[in-house]
Amino acid sequence: MIELYLFLVFTIIAAIVATEIKDLLAAVISLGAVGFSVAIIFVLIQAPDLAIVQIVIEVLTIVIFVAVILRTTHIDETIGKKLSGTHIFSIVLYAVFALLFLIVIFRSFQEMPDFGNPIMRVASEYIRLGLPQTGGANIVADVILDFRALDTLGEATVLFTAVIGVVALMRKSGRKK
Amino acid sequence: MSTRQGMSLIVKTVTNIIVGFIFIYGVYIILHGHLTPGGGFAGGVIIAGAFILRFLAFGSGAKSEKKSLNTASMFESAGGILFIGIAILGLLLAGTFFLNFLPKGTPFYLLSAGIIPLCNIAISIKVGAGLFSIFLALAAMKYVMED
Repeated sequence: MIELYLFLVFTIIAAIVATEIKDLLAAVISLGAVGFSVAIIFVLIQAPDLAIVQIVIEVLTIVIFVAVILRTTHIDETIGKKLSGTHIFSIVLYAVFALLFLIVIFRSFQEMPDFGNPIMRVASEYIRLGLPQTGGANIVADVILDFRALDTLGEATVLFTAVIGVVALMRKSGRKK
Repeated sequence: MSTRQGMSLIVKTVTNIIVGFIFIYGVYIILHGHLTPGGGFAGGVIIAGAFILRFLAFGSGAKSEKKSLNTASMFESAGGILFIGIAILGLLLAGTFFLNFLPKGTPFYLLSAGIIPLCNIAISIKVGAGLFSIFLALAAMKYVMED
């Protein structure tokens, strides 16, 4: 399990670098490091389906980010400036709420079951009935396309709405000259 | 087609060689979605990645971009209709939305698991065309800005 913790720490460090670095291209590369180490973590906790999706989505987002940055600007001008009063106030407020959240979550984490033992019984039912009832060997496909296909329909609708939103925002016709 | 469009000759040659393999790998991921890790979503994104790679390497004009965007939007809607059509077919044939009405077949064979492979294909068309049309819309923004 030591490699899992290694990658978790690496993910956190890369995320901090991505927010704090001044060159935006370097920040995007750091964000890519976050995404790929999350993909490796998915492999380590035995979720290859998620790892495949994570890798391809990460590549796509990095390509889009790099294309945008190459056409606009490299430098993040907000980093390194002197903090104003409202900035310091919001940082303090954030720290207080984060501390409260950690105190509350610490108690509930102690009551969580061990890794690999889900709280809900429905998971073991899916594993038991997956192959005999649907005939699909990949249990993930059985769940998302047979037992819970309606959820997948909702997910597809979300993606459809996102595409409609982007195409409508970026359209040429109807734009005011 | 002018040679100045898109990236350098090296990138174009490598893209020409590799883009077919990426496409085939996406199709493999989709068709084996009910047997191995992967499925419609991942395979669709890989196919969209193949199209985006080709698009980035070779470039294109405003007119063909508009045409590709229309085609991609059409494919995305077709994928969505196919997915809902499979669901409604279950409702008509046996009375339950999303019922697995096809025979289950032998597990671990390519033709098994009833409607799950069909749903994977529908989702892959929808996701791949959707992501590619998002990319095309963002790329076409350049021409809107220039006008």
